[in-house]
Amino acid sequence: MAGYIIRRLGTAVIVVFGLSVGVFWMLHIIFPSPAIDVLGPKANIAAIAAWNKQNGFDSPWIVQYLKYSWGLLHGNLGFSYKLDQSVTSLFATRWQGSAYLSGVSVVLAIIIALPLGVYQAVKRNTIGDYTATTVSFVLYAMPIFFLGLILIQVFALDLHWFGYGIGRTLNFWQALTDVRDLTLPVATLTLITVANFSRYMRSSSMDVLAQDYVKVARAKGLPERLVLFRHLVRNASLPMLTLVGLFIPALLAGNLVVEDVFNYQGLGLLFYNSLGTADYSVLLAYTLIGALLTVIGNLIADVALTVADPRIRLA
Amino acid sequence: MSMTLPQPPVTHYVPDGGAIGPVQSGWKLAIREFAQNKLAVLGLAVLVFFVVICFLGPTFYHGNIAFPNLNDTNAGPAAGQPLGTNEQGFDELGLLMKGGQASLEVGFFAAAFGIVVGALWGAISGMIGGLFDAVMMRLVDVCLSVPYLFIVLIVAVRYGASVLSLTLIIGGLTWPVPARLIRGEVLTLRTRDFVASARVSGASKWRLMMKHLLPNALGVVIVNVTFQIADAILIVATLGFLGFGLNYPNQDWGDMLSNGVGYMQDGYWWLIYPVGICIVLVVMACNLVGDALRDSLDVRLRRR
Repeated sequence: MAGYIIRRLGTAVIVVFGLSVGVFWMLHIIFPSPAIDVLGPKANIAAIAAWNKQNGFDSPWIVQYLKYSWGLLHGNLGFSYKLDQSVTSLFATRWQGSAYLSGVSVVLAIIIALPLGVYQAVKRNTIGDYTATTVSFVLYAMPIFFLGLILIQVFALDLHWFGYGIGRTLNFWQALTDVRDLTLPVATLTLITVANFSRYMRSSSMDVLAQDYVKVARAKGLPERLVLFRHLVRNASLPMLTLVGLFIPALLAGNLVVEDVFNYQGLGLLFYNSLGTADYSVLLAYTLIGALLTVIGNLIADVALTVADPRIRLA
Repeated sequence: MSMTLPQPPVTHYVPDGGAIGPVQSGWKLAIREFAQNKLAVLGLAVLVFFVVICFLGPTFYHGNIAFPNLNDTNAGPAAGQPLGTNEQGFDELGLLMKGGQASLEVGFFAAAFGIVVGALWGAISGMIGGLFDAVMMRLVDVCLSVPYLFIVLIVAVRYGASVLSLTLIIGGLTWPVPARLIRGEVLTLRTRDFVASARVSGASKWRLMMKHLLPNALGVVIVNVTFQIADAILIVATLGFLGFGLNYPNQDWGDMLSNGVGYMQDGYWWLIYPVGICIVLVVMACNLVGDALRDSLDVRLRRR
């Protein structure tokens, strides 16, 4: 077990290294000379060269990469010349909003999708199952922004129950108390996530229901409630661990779109705004962080799965 | 005197497992299985419907999508313009067809590009094996961890979005999934007898891959194609919605939707719902076809 975790950590480190080089190199090709974006298209060549030299963008990309990763290890994510702030301080004021949005949505999605999937598998081919399957199938195909717009139309514009724009940065405590403005963004992301999770939960529950140990448990007279909780739910949720780990890129993308639709001042909206202003440092930092989160998510999911499922024997 | 021996009654013996019909090829079985799935046929029909409407529609329906008409902006559905007009007086149905062309083209081409690259990558990696395989698969791991919407956005913003560029970016970022699937298949196929006999009879590696490994690993990829198409269409729509979609005079569905958002409070529903429903229907149809293909190609789930 310890050996496996160490080996898995080793691959993760290799992937992180390759990933950071790859992303840095890719963005370096796309933004070879940040001075042009900072000084404007009419800046003369000498000024551009001087600016690049002053800020260290004239060295070969591999040197820039090493410098950048050295800074990264010390918590320095670069400097946003467009917003005249360090990227670290920009992220520091905004990450809580994004983390809250994603975190609450994923937790809610798990709380809803687990019982829903089990219910669908147990009551397979009933009206309830058909309804839930159809709804989740439609939501699965729905672009997040379209769902967000529908929710805004119905609950904000028609019914006036909730607000539809946040437009300010939030710290964690504000986020907890602001039900009026936060319900719709959280609901949008949650619904899309539930649609994803419940599909898998339903099929994994059906797989487990067909297993012999469920038959044995029923045959020996175990109450159905215990069969479900002890045998079905615990085994059927195992694939969910992997799914949640693999879901991080989709979650980041979802965050970006939801924050754009609801004008929610998080990291996704910062990224979106930086696209328009070609703010190289912010784009690079957030892409790298997203990639890191993805690797970490996969790593945690893999390790958690081997801890939770003793049947996985590791050679 | 001749005796006639009592003849045993003629009986037709039926084997325990039921009568044996003529052997059918796996593909025929799969197609039969697919055709029996009503939802899948419906999905396919929806896809065909949208392809026909978007690509053949403009030859029969001439909506005004070229000349701004400021006397007729944001008009509701009426005779001659079944889905109303937008803020520039363009005909929404005409735009819907044009936008659909781009969305479908990018979806299909990106999926095809990604699948070809991924299939070759996975097959080569699985066939050669060893250290080479390990390195190639780590590259796949790396590409899978890249937050892919971010890169698509950055590239699209920087270099402009066209059908070709979006195809290349999306395909170039989605190939790792089919690469993994194909490699897994190739690893199991590699040890089969028919591959060994082909190798013994002197088949080159290229022939081995093209004639024996890839065709047999195709099942998983065909299933994957449909989901790739769905994903690509969603990505293009997201890009358009965020304002970084295809440039004028090209249109895409996400772009149309984002133009309609400004008029939500005015109740101009025809600017939002028809487009949104089109996206949902096409993506749903792809997913339905994909689910059915998986069921019909997966031998374990197949009814015989």
